[in-house]
Amino acid sequence: MHELGVTFKIIDDLKEVANENELVEIQKVVICLGEVSTVIPEYLHDCWKWARKREPLLENCELEIEPIKAITMCGDCKKTYETVKYAKICPYCKSENTWLVSGNQMMIKEIEVPEPQEQSM
Amino acid sequence: MKVIELNKTITESNDKDAALLRKELKEQQMELVNVMSSPGSGKTTLLSRMIQDMGDKRQIGVMEADIASEVDAIRIEKLGAKAIQAHTDGMCHMDAGMTARAMRALLEEKSLDLIFLENVGNLICPAEFDTGATMNMMILSVPEGDDKPLKYPLMFEKSDVLVITKMDTLEYFDFDLELCCERVKRLNPKIKIFPVSAKTGKGMTELENFML
Ligand SMILES: Nc1nc2c(ncn2[C@@H]2O[C@H](COP(=O)(O)OP(=O)(O)O)[C@@H](O)[C@H]2O)c(=O)[nH]1
Ligand SMILES: [Mg+2]
Ligand SMILES: [Zn+2]
Repeated sequence: MHELGVTFKIIDDLKEVANENELVEIQKVVICLGEVSTVIPEYLHDCWKWARKREPLLENCELEIEPIKAITMCGDCKKTYETVKYAKICPYCKSENTWLVSGNQMMIKEIEVPEPQEQSM
Repeated sequence: MKVIELNKTITESNDKDAALLRKELKEQQMELVNVMSSPGSGKTTLLSRMIQDMGDKRQIGVMEADIASEVDAIRIEKLGAKAIQAHTDGMCHMDAGMTARAMRALLEEKSLDLIFLENVGNLICPAEFDTGATMNMMILSVPEGDDKPLKYPLMFEKSDVLVITKMDTLEYFDFDLELCCERVKRLNPKIKIFPVSAKTGKGMTELENFML
């Protein structure tokens, strides 16, 4: 299950960020996920709900996923189209000479943490 | 509440681990070949053949990450190569950290110079994570069809070598070798393609000469 591996990677990265910034709590993490990134959002949510319980830093951390549309470019007719609908074959000219321009991203965009004074209270 | 922008790619720390391992392997002049394919495409059979043919020229090891790997490890050891167990912790791919842990003792022993990593059998996840290997090899078998490059482009993009195996079954399947190679080359112009049959041995010499 790919999503579990990705979840652990996210957790490792967040622990490192927390260390560097002396954070004790992260309330929310926003992940940008390309439509063809090989990660299924529902599965990632399920893995997250299970895995965050194991980390005091992330116990109440909400996961938000921002989807990114997958777009493919055709090298022959120079048009772009939706990857998920037509895959490798250009719907305009039937060419296979196409490549992905966007949609395989997996990125931690940002996190939300309590204000320093909230934390000390 | 405060927002901290990170914009950090999730594979970034893995990429760093992979680069470190690759550097160390190169310094030790050890070749680590990451072998990726669908389950049952013929990885173990192909590796067995290569061990038999090349075993007197190179010190070969096989790292098993495939789920059904215990059986494969026995097949490998019978041929005189060293079998190394890797632990994926139930994951669907090997990442650089897991590979480095499994390689640690070998890097110190320096007794092997050609190690094959039999990655978990699937065409999606292993392509996503760099293992730190010095060569990526994909195995596609004729029965899987010539349209695989259209369905799983990333795996073909990431590979240095493509072995098209089970060529002895070509007459039973609608597999257009020329079309398949054309599709692969379009994704990755630099890839080396070797059509072989691990059963009859046809094409193996070309592949082995390239590996030596
Ligand atoms: N006809 C034919 N069968 C093969 C060839 N290579 C492997 N096989 C068969 O394919 C099946 C799966 O092979 P195996 O090496 O265990 O695949 P793995 O799961 O990728 O390690 C076995 O029954 C092999 O005998 C080949 O070149 N030709
Ligand atoms: Mg096997
Ligand atoms: Zn077109």
